[in-house]
Amino acid sequence: MSHAVPTPAGTPAQPGTGEGPVLSVSALRKAYNVGKPSERLAISDVSFDVAKGEFVCVVGPSGAGKTTLLRCLSGLLHPTTGEVRFEGTPLQAVPDRLSVVFQDYSRSLFPWLTVSKNVAVPLKVAGVAKEQREARISEVLHAVGLGDVGKSYPWQLSGGMQQRVAIARALAHQPDMLLMDEPFASVDAQTRFDLEDLILQVRAQFGITVVLVTHDIDEAVYLADRVVVLSSPPSVVEEIVTVPLARPRDQLVTRSSETFGQLRRHLMELVTAHH
Amino acid sequence: MTTPPRFEAPSLARPEPTGSADVPSTSDPVVAAGTTPSQQFTARSPRRRGGPLQRLKGLWRLWFFALVLVLWWVLSADSTSTFFPPLQNIVQRLWETWVVGEARSDLYSSLRHFAIGYTIAGVLGVAIGALLWKFQRVGHAVSPVLYFVYVIPTAALLPAIVAIMGIGSPMKITIVVLAAVWPTMLNTLDGMRGIDPIKLDTAKVLHMSPLTTVRSVVLPGAMPQIMAGLRHSLSIAVIMMVVSELIASTEGIGFFILEAQQRFAITTMWTGIIVLALVGSALTFLFIAVERVVLGWYIGARAVEQKG
Repeated sequence: MSHAVPTPAGTPAQPGTGEGPVLSVSALRKAYNVGKPSERLAISDVSFDVAKGEFVCVVGPSGAGKTTLLRCLSGLLHPTTGEVRFEGTPLQAVPDRLSVVFQDYSRSLFPWLTVSKNVAVPLKVAGVAKEQREARISEVLHAVGLGDVGKSYPWQLSGGMQQRVAIARALAHQPDMLLMDEPFASVDAQTRFDLEDLILQVRAQFGITVVLVTHDIDEAVYLADRVVVLSSPPSVVEEIVTVPLARPRDQLVTRSSETFGQLRRHLMELVTAHH
Repeated sequence: MTTPPRFEAPSLARPEPTGSADVPSTSDPVVAAGTTPSQQFTARSPRRRGGPLQRLKGLWRLWFFALVLVLWWVLSADSTSTFFPPLQNIVQRLWETWVVGEARSDLYSSLRHFAIGYTIAGVLGVAIGALLWKFQRVGHAVSPVLYFVYVIPTAALLPAIVAIMGIGSPMKITIVVLAAVWPTMLNTLDGMRGIDPIKLDTAKVLHMSPLTTVRSVVLPGAMPQIMAGLRHSLSIAVIMMVVSELIASTEGIGFFILEAQQRFAITTMWTGIIVLALVGSALTFLFIAVERVVLGWYIGARAVEQKG
């Protein structure tokens, strides 16, 4: 990549050192309202690793604590017990080399800032100089298929375009990993296909690791290298399914292949088994 | 001491804390000029910023106001009543007294107290509101006291304030601040409490420091309500500016009106009231202009929302 973003102090200069996993979740357990009568166990015991460059999807029946898990992975929420390591370091807060894309773009984008300024936020926080910032902004906006909307406000764009802005903002400071929480759940079906292909293309282009939470099994199979299947709450890992589909993937060809159908059926059985 | 019935300070100086984020305060006595703020917003949203035709339409909305003025002028022309002199006489006296004459110093004095008091009230209101939001436990402990003080009409505190501070500028500014700080403070607190938690998560995910988060996310996010509070504070500040001049004062528009009434110079008294109305209108229009810039994004986003 041509535009080097300064590595913030305190983080190791070599991301994803050696062959170790980028993200490592071990025996994660999360209970809400601990010690009160309303105590509720959302996640019972979840462990999995994510290798560098991998695309992992997390699926599960509704209410399976998917969002809770993602918040634990991002460092926004502390697990009750267990550990999450990002690039070898146990999570305390949100790591510098990690970005999150939330489901609802209208809630995560700042409506008082233009598109450019929204994308500029992480760069400003990282202290990137103005010229580099502008070059980087136009680079990521082009990468997500948005040309000259920089001066518009998010609310002037369609839903799909707004989520592209959110993705561009997440990519701006060159993270090693992208965490996505049902990122395509608020857009229509056609836009959804476009955005799925976009994220695959962006991942190939920037070489980042992606963990994506979704309730849509087809989407998980289409996107992922591996799919982590959660049980209904209190969640455990039901199975980790490897997706041997060839890349680059194609909405029509991939989805109509026999392997896709088999995987889909298998995952469907896993997810609906306990209902 | 006589208080002109126009300014029933106690009742007006007790604003309701505005509850919802998307309704700028419409209960302004000064603003009630025919259009609600939201109507003005949508009409001038950036998407539909009109040319001269639009401006003409804007002027056209003042037709009723113009009609009232004309009727007043015509109907009062032959008036011999002491209390309702012909409008022509009032306008003439207004020119002599306020434009050519020396009453201008009263206007300046009033405006100075207003400007200082309103600025302090606005800054204090936002700052205290933000602190109460940030330190929630303190906020919960302090809230009952605040609400207890808040329900005391500031006019009822006047004798106490005069006793403590004497008469003069500090007393007047204190009165304006004490009355005008509330809507801004309570609206700031309310607006900040209403910030979408996803926005705060986003701030964390983008690695914003706590200070940057307040400056770049919390303040702009609460700005629609802060502006509604500031607008309410504005009208209260104008009211209290006058009220403070009605007691133990030797200058200001309020003093001018009261003094004219006491020496039975009714025409002169009316000029003071008209000047006050002009000042109030000017301040309101100024505020709306500022609001349109500060809340441009909000006005635009709302227009889009209402369309779709």
